[in-house]
Amino acid sequence: MTSAIDITQAVRPPRAVFLNFPLGHQTGPPDQAELQRKIVTDAMRAFETITTPGTIVELPYVWDASDRSWEDRDYTKGWMPERPSRDAADAQEAERQARFRRA
Amino acid sequence: MPVEYIPRTRELYSSFTPYRWVQNESAPFTPLLKPIAECRIALISSGGIMYRDQPRFHREDASYRRIPKDARADELSVWHFGYPTRDAERDVNCVFPLARMRELEAAGVIGALIDPAFSFMGGIYSARKVRDELAPQIVDELKRAHADAFFLVPA
Repeated sequence: MTSAIDITQAVRPPRAVFLNFPLGHQTGPPDQAELQRKIVTDAMRAFETITTPGTIVELPYVWDASDRSWEDRDYTKGWMPERPSRDAADAQEAERQARFRRA
Repeated sequence: MPVEYIPRTRELYSSFTPYRWVQNESAPFTPLLKPIAECRIALISSGGIMYRDQPRFHREDASYRRIPKDARADELSVWHFGYPTRDAERDVNCVFPLARMRELEAAGVIGALIDPAFSFMGGIYSARKVRDELAPQIVDELKRAHADAFFLVPA
């Protein structure tokens, strides 16, 4: 699966399926099981249909037909949310560990 | 037009030594000899997925996590250095479609989903570390599991 076609063209994996969605959604948007299922099913089908090494199949799904401005913002400065401080991140991790050890 | 991520990476990380992208001249290829409905398929995600109290990933972390195939959504969490994980934290199937792969297995689209699935944190600067340390371990896992193919989802 890929959403970065130039990187995939450079790396040349055996087979690839390209979906033009923002990074972090390579198998679909959140809470849209039906679209995710279509994307993953298409990817599985590509195992059977691709016979030429390095082929990249492009999927037809569109992230937002009325607004393509995400393409200008994705992976540019300011696009990553600010990271928590080290202390805050350590506290979050301790909380996560404790939650699963209790459960 | 698809986004060109190689120039954007140079721009985004312009204060660092320029990243040297892997450029391969050819694509390796092993033909699939049977229908996917008869194949054992592994799910691998570089989205930084952890199961229950498995240790969190960190920067330059080239380790991987084994995720039981029957893991519930509330048993999974996400940590990654290089992409906004908010949507993946809300629904991990954005980058780790475990529930979707289980459905395809149940529907007979694929022969079997291999247990466990695998995840690592793909924001690793050293391509050498990935090629020589991380990838061989996952290949060993796939061989032991008699995988016919793997589905790699980046993030």
